[in-house]
Amino acid sequence: MTIKIAVIQFPGSNCDLDTIHVLNNVIGVEANLIWHNHFKESNYDGCILPGGFSFGDYWRAGIIAAYSPALEEARKMLKDGRPIIGICNGFQILTEAEFLPGALLKNDSLKFICKWVNIKVENNSTACTNKMNLGDVLSIPIAHAEGRYYTDNLKELEENNQIVFRYSTESGEIIKEANPNGSIDNIAGVCNLEQNCLGLMPHPERASESIISPKKTTDGTLVFESIVEFIKRGFS
Amino acid sequence: MDRQEYIVELITENKKKASDPTGATIKKDLFAKKGYDMITNVRSGQYLRIYIKAANEAEAKEIVEKMCNELRIFNPVTQDLTILKVSKPD
Repeated sequence: MTIKIAVIQFPGSNCDLDTIHVLNNVIGVEANLIWHNHFKESNYDGCILPGGFSFGDYWRAGIIAAYSPALEEARKMLKDGRPIIGICNGFQILTEAEFLPGALLKNDSLKFICKWVNIKVENNSTACTNKMNLGDVLSIPIAHAEGRYYTDNLKELEENNQIVFRYSTESGEIIKEANPNGSIDNIAGVCNLEQNCLGLMPHPERASESIISPKKTTDGTLVFESIVEFIKRGFS
Repeated sequence: MDRQEYIVELITENKKKASDPTGATIKKDLFAKKGYDMITNVRSGQYLRIYIKAANEAEAKEIVEKMCNELRIFNPVTQDLTILKVSKPD
């Protein structure tokens, strides 16, 4: 089967081409870069909202992109169970569009943080984590100023198994020192109730080739391989 | 109906239970360090001045409130919105 994935490009997106490169050349599936006004969901098995600063992140990160026609198209994919992933700014857009619960606030330090961190897999049954083991620790970079995850429904998220990744130490300890931005409960990624939509602040597309990884790891590929597996299984 | 221009001023700010590192930093690293230790709290926000044509002040406020709710000018998960003032331009 031919798998086609859309990477949505907004004015101010970045790592969109990196994501295309990883999907095309590392994972080996067809991925198209689509301008946000031109995206038609019926052509695709899944879509990715990349990182960056959509519409300059004016007023609040992700808010303007959340009203783009692309999100209306993506909402149809959300409803029929196709995979959607928001990376960094894409995560911010998905929370603002209410695909995902919670919000991303300014980092506690008020600084833009760009570094490699560790995240622990807390849910491996989602469309984007099915190739991982529960408790796996992934080495992956973050690059954001507004990545402090906040929710006033933490208990509900836990009960519904919607917390997908937590910032951790290399050995998987969930402690304050491993939390780069002050996110509540060290949360680095969450999914929707149906588990076909994931948002995460770290950048898997920057962690998919050993040549650009300080530890020579390729943990980011697991996110993309999971999406492909989910599609091959008929979106389940 | 004769529609006039009004100005609606509003702020959005983090809810009290969500921390506000911008306000906290201004208090701790600027005010307190420069001797203004009588400052007990600082909360930051974002301000908008919206010019709108409406029948009267009440309608101007109502439209802006509806628009802000519809288009998430404030994030209801983390923020509160306050209309500060409705006035006529000078």
